[in-house]
Amino acid sequence: MTAKALALATAMREICGAADVLTDPLELRTYECDGLTSHRTVPALVVLPETAEEVAAVVRVCASAGVPFVARGSGTGLSGGAVPHAEGVLIVLSRMRRVLEIDPVSRRAVVEPGVTNLSVTQAAAPHGLFYAPDPSSQVVCSVGGNVAENSGGAHCLKHGFTVNHVLGLEIVTPAGELTWLGDGTGAATGYDLLGAFTGSEGTLGIVTKIIVKLTPAPEAVHLVLAAYDSLEAGGRAVTDIIAAGIVPAAIEMMDALSIEAAEAAVHCGYPEGATAVLLVELDGPAAEVEAELATVRQICEAAGAREIRAADDPVQRAGIWAGRKSAFAAVGRLSPAYIVQDGVVPRTALGDVLGRIAKLSAETGIRVANVFHAGDGNLHPLVLYNDAVAGEAERAEVVSGAILDACIEYGGSITGEHGVGVDKSRYMPKMFTAADLDTMQLVRCAFDPASLCNPGKIFPTPRLCGEVPGHRRGPHPAAANGAEIF
Amino acid sequence: MQAASRLLLLSRTAARRGEVGVSVDLDVVRKDLLAAGGEVREASPANADGQAPSFVALPGSTDEAAALMRVAAEHELTVVARGTGSRLSWGVPASRCDLVLDMSRMSDVVEHSHGDLVARVQAGALMRDVQATLAQAGQEIALDVPGDASIGGVVASGLAGPRRLRYGTPRDLLIGMTIVRADGMVAKSGGKVVKNVAGYDLGKLFAGSWGTLGLITEATFRLHPLPAARAYVTAEYFAVSVACDAVAAAANSPLVSSAVELSRARADGPIQVGVLLEGSADGVEARAARMAGLLGQGVIRSAAPAWWPAPPQAPAGETLIRVSFWVSALARVLDAIEATSAATGLSAVIQGSAGAGVLHVWVSSYDELNGESRHGGVADFVAALRSALAGQRGAVAVLAAPALVREGLAGRGGMNGPVPGLALMRAVKDQFDPGHRMSPGRFPERL
Repeated sequence: MTAKALALATAMREICGAADVLTDPLELRTYECDGLTSHRTVPALVVLPETAEEVAAVVRVCASAGVPFVARGSGTGLSGGAVPHAEGVLIVLSRMRRVLEIDPVSRRAVVEPGVTNLSVTQAAAPHGLFYAPDPSSQVVCSVGGNVAENSGGAHCLKHGFTVNHVLGLEIVTPAGELTWLGDGTGAATGYDLLGAFTGSEGTLGIVTKIIVKLTPAPEAVHLVLAAYDSLEAGGRAVTDIIAAGIVPAAIEMMDALSIEAAEAAVHCGYPEGATAVLLVELDGPAAEVEAELATVRQICEAAGAREIRAADDPVQRAGIWAGRKSAFAAVGRLSPAYIVQDGVVPRTALGDVLGRIAKLSAETGIRVANVFHAGDGNLHPLVLYNDAVAGEAERAEVVSGAILDACIEYGGSITGEHGVGVDKSRYMPKMFTAADLDTMQLVRCAFDPASLCNPGKIFPTPRLCGEVPGHRRGPHPAAANGAEIF
Repeated sequence: MQAASRLLLLSRTAARRGEVGVSVDLDVVRKDLLAAGGEVREASPANADGQAPSFVALPGSTDEAAALMRVAAEHELTVVARGTGSRLSWGVPASRCDLVLDMSRMSDVVEHSHGDLVARVQAGALMRDVQATLAQAGQEIALDVPGDASIGGVVASGLAGPRRLRYGTPRDLLIGMTIVRADGMVAKSGGKVVKNVAGYDLGKLFAGSWGTLGLITEATFRLHPLPAARAYVTAEYFAVSVACDAVAAAANSPLVSSAVELSRARADGPIQVGVLLEGSADGVEARAARMAGLLGQGVIRSAAPAWWPAPPQAPAGETLIRVSFWVSALARVLDAIEATSAATGLSAVIQGSAGAGVLHVWVSSYDELNGESRHGGVADFVAALRSALAGQRGAVAVLAAPALVREGLAGRGGMNGPVPGLALMRAVKDQFDPGHRMSPGRFPERL
């Protein structure tokens, strides 16, 4: 089967040029995984197209040969969404990295998929604008990958997700045709395929151009750090802030174990001995932020903060954020191996679910460091284990899965921003019924009936896209009479 | 399915092949609909904009709606979902309508978790009632839409008002949806948490689908706190370029405008620009003062000016056009409307969210000078405006029009002009509604 994809190499070289088609096993191995290194597959062939037309031609070759293909941006994804297909072609978009247009009056930018998230903001900054979605990996992650995953970030509580900021996409369909979804106005006619495509994890086609909305840069930004003796006390502050009608740009919380890790890694100087650290960032017009700041300080104090710090200049804020942003990598200092989990619970259930996690940890002896977006209930438990100890990896996996079970039980989600990919497709039937999953796959069947575009992701059981007895009865008689109706 | 109704179905299908207009055994259909639950009423033509449905059924729950949809599938009935019916006359009417599903009995706020800023609402609930419930906790669905619109109707039509600049349209505020498919299967997507990327987002697909993919029975929204204070800053301009600069300055300002609206009662008349600011009392006061300076000669008001756009309506005899564009092309859009109005001799009223790149244009078919109706002239207006704006990003789409105007547009770009991604839309429709029974012909026209 690998031979079938390899046989396409000649055609691919004609499309992309010899230097942009990789067949050497060592080079192919470079692309065997994305940011989730526990899933690895070496692709049969890697191509690095430089234009939308090249991507379309590559996909057409794959489609006519019946060879699966997977798109990849910077490869920072954490659910294995860009894990290659062993018998397929990996289409790497990192050479398509031009910012094509900035229209400051319209607050729009047109970029290629390989452009990094942060470079959109950098290109917009001279005009007093920024690109709001800011996943922690924003220095390296690509906008095309953000579209595939509907990426969030710490500030999506107030500013929304990628899907709220993408207003047009040029895509290559799984049949190899170039088409636009949306025109950058946010008011396009017809089905919102743009919305359905965003977050489809590369299974509905490949993005080749992206029109994003830019946002006026906030006039004032204040970051408040409050240290607590318990997660519950910090949680109280979060509840009271929301109840006060304030929507901060971000509300983040870290527990003792993650604070310890961050401290060791970046010496962020968080208050010593704190069991929980709460970060609240406020942004907006100066007159609003000043008033909110006073209220937030009061609430944090009333909830029993042992120390409160506030920072309004970029350097101080970056210093405080460094602790939070380093947390994932920093736990590597506490443990030889760890799982980064991503689950969501309704904010009001945070306390209960954190209690469940603590209990699981105590029962199994598996340590869990908690870092979370407290404002929207998005948990990132870091499940620590020693892979040199027999059976510990398996126990960690059980704890990690049990955390997702708790998220589902409380009406939450198995993923808030990392995606389902290959990693969590087995949990989808716990969150959705067979009918839900079947219905979602109707969209897949409309875009990719041959199931060649990033197959094996999201859905545990692929749906057959052909005629299903009892489901399809052919067109309505009125349509069959020649009047095409919708 | 019982043997008796299977026989009926087969004989109907056979009969249809031979001739159009063969009557169905309505008693059998009525019996099956009644067995499915809900209330079933004899229909009157008013139930679906001039169409004469055979039945109107009023489901009281998603399960009842599903049972009714299964009966509709068994008997191959075309189905039109109805909230309050206020926008059934928009777009193109369904080409056939056997069964109207009236959602008015499903009117509950099922869940309002104020600590999570989330609410789950049934499709038939009126916006006014939902907002009143949410307001008790100081929260709202941040859409300015008519209070007498139903939740399902707002979602299915993608309706949004001035605050779309800050909060987007229904699709941006939806976090979960329950639908009944054309085959009667119930499916959910999303959930009740704001942050959630598990699975495809069917809510986005159904928002703005005008009932053509399936039936929406419940929607879950993210909520926003009700602002403590509001201020409107308005200014009047005579020069298009100055008005456009004011719109851009307001929309791009870090003062954070919730809405930047424009109104022009005549295509060549003075231009009103208004900015809505929302926040704390002190904050809004300070921001309004600065915004007034930004607009050059802004007047600060605590209430909306008289011209502040209401959600767009389409009065009989008028054609409602939506022009979407990139804000940098606003002057070109205003100039094009003025030129088109002059060339066709038809007056045009312009209102809308200029800062968000959406304007509504009302053109009356009635020619006051000559006292005659000029439906052909309105079609000319649409075609001329499209041609004047060709090459610009955006579209000139007719949202509602008298039948004669719609006919006049046939072969001239139709109601919507070119629709990118049309082939994929057809494929989606075919998957969700293979029998083309859900609001057939409704959207986008001639697909």
